[in-house]
Amino acid sequence: MQFFFEVLIGGLLAGVMYSLVALGFVLIYKASGVFNFAQGAMVFFAALTFVGLQEKTGLPFWIVLALTLAVMILLGVLTERIVLRPLVNQPQITLFMATIGLSFLLEGLSQLIWGSDVRRLDLGLQDEPIQVVMDRFGILISKFDLAAAAVAGVLVGVLAVFFNKTRIGRALRAVADDHQAALAVGIPLQQIWSIVWSVAGFVALVAGLLWGARNGVQFALTFVALKALPVLILGGFESILGAIVGGLIIGAAEKLAEVYLGPLVGGGIEGWFAYMLALLFLLVRPEGLFGEKRIDRV
Amino acid sequence: MTKHWKRSLAVVLAAIMGALVAIPATAQQAGTQFVGITGYRVGPYGANGAALFGGFIDYLNLVNERDGGVNGIKLTWEECETEYVVAKGLECYERLKTRSPTGPTAIHPMSTGITYGLVDKIPVDKIPLITWGYGRTDATDGRVFPWLFPILANYWDGATAIVKFIGEKEGGVEKLKGKKIVLLYHDSAYGKEPHPVLEAEAKKLGFELKLIPVPHPGNEQQSQWLQIRQYQPNWVILWGWGVMTATALQTAQKTGFPRDKMVGNWWAGSEIDTIAAGPAATGYYSASLNLGGKGYPVVKDIDDIVYKKMNKGSKADLIGTVLWNRGVAAAMLTVEAVRTAQAKYGKKPMTGEQVRWGIENLDVNAGRLKALGFNTMLPPVKLSCEDHGGSGLVRFQQWTGTEWRATTDWMSGDRQMVRKMVEESAARYAAEKNIKPGCLPG
Repeated sequence: MQFFFEVLIGGLLAGVMYSLVALGFVLIYKASGVFNFAQGAMVFFAALTFVGLQEKTGLPFWIVLALTLAVMILLGVLTERIVLRPLVNQPQITLFMATIGLSFLLEGLSQLIWGSDVRRLDLGLQDEPIQVVMDRFGILISKFDLAAAAVAGVLVGVLAVFFNKTRIGRALRAVADDHQAALAVGIPLQQIWSIVWSVAGFVALVAGLLWGARNGVQFALTFVALKALPVLILGGFESILGAIVGGLIIGAAEKLAEVYLGPLVGGGIEGWFAYMLALLFLLVRPEGLFGEKRIDRV
Repeated sequence: MTKHWKRSLAVVLAAIMGALVAIPATAQQAGTQFVGITGYRVGPYGANGAALFGGFIDYLNLVNERDGGVNGIKLTWEECETEYVVAKGLECYERLKTRSPTGPTAIHPMSTGITYGLVDKIPVDKIPLITWGYGRTDATDGRVFPWLFPILANYWDGATAIVKFIGEKEGGVEKLKGKKIVLLYHDSAYGKEPHPVLEAEAKKLGFELKLIPVPHPGNEQQSQWLQIRQYQPNWVILWGWGVMTATALQTAQKTGFPRDKMVGNWWAGSEIDTIAAGPAATGYYSASLNLGGKGYPVVKDIDDIVYKKMNKGSKADLIGTVLWNRGVAAAMLTVEAVRTAQAKYGKKPMTGEQVRWGIENLDVNAGRLKALGFNTMLPPVKLSCEDHGGSGLVRFQQWTGTEWRATTDWMSGDRQMVRKMVEESAARYAAEKNIKPGCLPG
């Protein structure tokens, strides 16, 4: 039983890391209805820019963080200007295809500017078990994972306040509900898109720093987006809370499946188990746990 | 500008860019020895590829500049990006094989998956494939696989040497009886290659073996390491590549597994892996086909001539790293194969068939290694029709926190068992493909 709880807690904490990436997808989907295929590339771009600037300038952590955030905001604004603005009123699939292009562009650009070397990122958080919990309960909980969960919690809180309590947040929700109606009441759609892409850039930076500190900053960071997809299907594409709950469910389920079912079928199932779970969930609740149920007139 | 014109302009620009990309970096000229390189410098394994192929090209530049080519025949080359993707690797192969009248010299796919994809093509195209320390293990039997050369050591040599190393750490291989060993492997053709020989070793030596796969690319290993924690093995053999190795080391630290009870194979033992893992890598062992370090005359020559004089070096930071040195060594073996072939066929660009003979008759002994400035960076290599592998020797190294330090001399695994299994597997392949084993005429 002790081992079961260890796997479960480990899975829940891993799920929080997936949620961090999923949050970026949710923000953009909420504001524009676009599934941003480039979110994984943004995570990679942000982390690589951070370590690249750190190496080149030798400036303190917080200044480099601010500079990287500025780069991500610039990226968000440029994406709106160059990619999204010319495609307003185009079908959603066109916007989705544009984000695929953006994804490859960012992957190539990052490596062109900073190179493809693997870089170490030290946030001062050791990925080690908490000794007290280990001694007392015999359960392994990583200090790093716990800190990442705290960061995710703070991020969700900040985003919740931003969406519900600020003018921009309310405007953003209005845009998400109906572009035409929002434009009709004077909400500047393009400005809102710039803001939301910048916020998604900020979320990508946080996710990139945490994933990069864990595995090194390298191209494989782009793959973390694959971990976020089943989370989104499960939690719903439009819900911040859904991204968190979905992440927890996917994280726990895939770890339990790998540990308890994996050995029966030769192992290595967690890569696809999360997708299978999401697929089953789609059959029962296509809009996800917290997604909006859409009813269209025909 | 109208929308139509904008669109036309974009199409024209795209076409020009496409054409520019298609022009090879170093155009092959008549009378040169063209080397086709299927490399990767971007993608999840780009950092590893950049070091390997950087060293490879640095050596080719050195031979041209310092020696005026191979017996006066200059080397030219073209690199094609595979991103470690099998389909792209096959595409690159098809492209490179037509680039020169004498073919691409020898292809180094640098991927077990791409190697498997090319096995049936190379005898038809008459292009040798050099798979140093990777690829299809049973290709060591050159009578069945005359075009394939898994030189230096194959995966089964490596796996049995790791078991022997672990045995020595435990006080003798007989002490392995009753011990538990986990093989944590990349869930791919590469990761599955050592399974048969490790299972045979477990049976022979009486240790318990548990196979745990890690899905590509291996950046999340929580559940695998919790299984390891529950199983409580004495040792973990790490068959990783790219991000998988660093993640394994980090997760081992997280789950409290001692790093000095982990032994990687030679693709999981470079600075790229350990620097990314940080302090979690300290104490970790790995097998190696070659040693890192800058204390070799050839490395100094490359630094002085290619980097400082020609200003054509790939990346100065990489000089002397394990993978960069391996790339240099691989290029040297290719060049020596051409030189061997020239001794028989004359001083002119060699065709694939002639290079194949050159590889098969390669004899780079200790004296030759010293003359070439490699000294003890790698063991001597002598091949034959029956043995396309060579010595099978590896050395073990340990990450001190700042560098890899060799902890053993060159050593081999269970050569007798490996050879028996190689011949059995090759014979099965020959029967399946209706191949009559034998040596090709020179």
